[in-house]
Amino acid sequence: MSTLDLLAETFVQQALIAGAVLALLAGLLGPLVVGRGMAFAVHGTAELSFAGGAGALLLFGAGAVGWGALVGAVLVALVFGALGLAAHERDSVIGVLLSFGLGLGVLFQSLYTGRSANKFGLLVGQIVGVDTGDLISLAVTGVVVIGVLAVAYRPLLFASLDPTMAAARGVPVRALSIAFAVLLGATTALGVQIVGALLVLSLLITPAAAAARLTASPLFATVLAVIFAEVAVLGGIVLSLAPGLPISPFVAGIAFVTYLICRLIGSLRTRRRASRTTVPSRPEDTSTSSQSALASQSPRPRS
Amino acid sequence: MTPAVELSGAELRRGARTLWSELDLQIAPGEFVAVLGPNGSGKTTLLQVLLGLLPLSAGTVRVQGEQPRRGTSTVGYIPQQRALDPLTPLRGRDLVGLGLDGHRWGPGLGGRRRRRDQVHEALAQVDALDYSDAPVGSLSGGEQQRLRVAQSLVGDPQLLLADEPLLSLDLARQRTVVELVDRRRREHGTAVVFVTHELNPVLPVVDRVLYLVDGRFRVGTPDEVMTSANLSELYRTEVEVVRVRGRILVVGAEEAPVHCEVHREDGAGELRSTAGAR
Repeated sequence: MSTLDLLAETFVQQALIAGAVLALLAGLLGPLVVGRGMAFAVHGTAELSFAGGAGALLLFGAGAVGWGALVGAVLVALVFGALGLAAHERDSVIGVLLSFGLGLGVLFQSLYTGRSANKFGLLVGQIVGVDTGDLISLAVTGVVVIGVLAVAYRPLLFASLDPTMAAARGVPVRALSIAFAVLLGATTALGVQIVGALLVLSLLITPAAAAARLTASPLFATVLAVIFAEVAVLGGIVLSLAPGLPISPFVAGIAFVTYLICRLIGSLRTRRRASRTTVPSRPEDTSTSSQSALASQSPRPRS
Repeated sequence: MTPAVELSGAELRRGARTLWSELDLQIAPGEFVAVLGPNGSGKTTLLQVLLGLLPLSAGTVRVQGEQPRRGTSTVGYIPQQRALDPLTPLRGRDLVGLGLDGHRWGPGLGGRRRRRDQVHEALAQVDALDYSDAPVGSLSGGEQQRLRVAQSLVGDPQLLLADEPLLSLDLARQRTVVELVDRRRREHGTAVVFVTHELNPVLPVVDRVLYLVDGRFRVGTPDEVMTSANLSELYRTEVEVVRVRGRILVVGAEEAPVHCEVHREDGAGELRSTAGAR
């Protein structure tokens, strides 16, 4: 069948709706994930979500995969969220949990004797398998995530990018860290079912990282990240139809190319700006790093 | 006129340790008070009390005649100078805007124009409009600290709290920050509580000094407080205060045994200055 014929099919349309909602959530959360430096935490959450989904598949069958993925993702996200922003050991804890989760998932999968497409889907995605029930859970998650963001976006942004100041202004930095991790966990769990555990990063990180190369405005970066994520997911689904391949390589490919282009534009712009201001107009225009290096070398006078 | 700050019989304990007690202090609108003392003497903690983040163990505290509340816009705050991550996805005006309403819940769709004007005005007050659209991470330390001052002023505060805002700035930038804060309190009657290790950069503008050492303290004008007799008594060791060309030098306080094991309680913010204390 041609791509156009396939687009008329209900299962394809459902896949497109699911992909659009997922991309919206990923685009909204992505800039905060990048701003908080949580890319590795997303990967860890995805692997634990995979383990949860695989466990649910083994114990309760294909219908429970979504719930298993959600439970696994939210539980581990709570752990990551509780570790906070500054914890130096965060990355190693994530590495420890990630590998353990992946091991568990592999074990569950090898014990499972049902349809192999069910198994493979959690790793690389199975968007054509989206049914009406999945769409409802996706819609519910979407409404919850967007609702929480609508109420808590400003404190969340403040706590993510300027935590010292946010704490001084009475923003509950720690509670928000945990709340954000839960939102991230829920979104990751949906992503695991649609694009697969291995490629969730291509939606939650790549579009936001690409947007960050173009703008430092949080609002504009979020709008761009949503657009990039939508293009990657919807484009990936459409492109995957005719060859009959999994969608994830197309999604990841489009996202990657977007990132490359944005990086190129960003560095061209930086260079142009630098060449405009080769002669510092103010005496203050020394760079931050050289200045703090000087400060730390000089003896500290005391009162 | 309501005092900007009113502490009476204030006491703060952290665990078994009493940081300070029976502290009586009234700060008038427009007054500039420098808070001095070694690490762990409770300077940052005092700011936390005034910010409404910590309750007193005893006594009362009033800010503008009211119990301090978290996140009130009538209190501004300048944190320690610490370079922002080069990749922080914020422009200067976003950083300042967060100081205005970053702590508020809800979508905040109303009053965009008014918000933009307030941010613009705060940026203008510190002459930072030129680089307000640049990513904050690309700015120099001095420019970032100007933005910090704008961020603290954008809510039109009646009380400005500054926690070692001069640390790791060179002399020219220190002077800029002090001038900006001084201009603010002169033009708007904003009271200033300025925590610092060094009195000299603020000496020309300071009205009174609160000197805290290990639970003991002195309050008064710099001339009243900064005497050899006073500081020797505070530090419980021989300390000499010398005045040289309009500067006040304190000799002997570095070796005083008040720094032991206490600096951690004040939070990571003060850790970096302990090297100088040893």
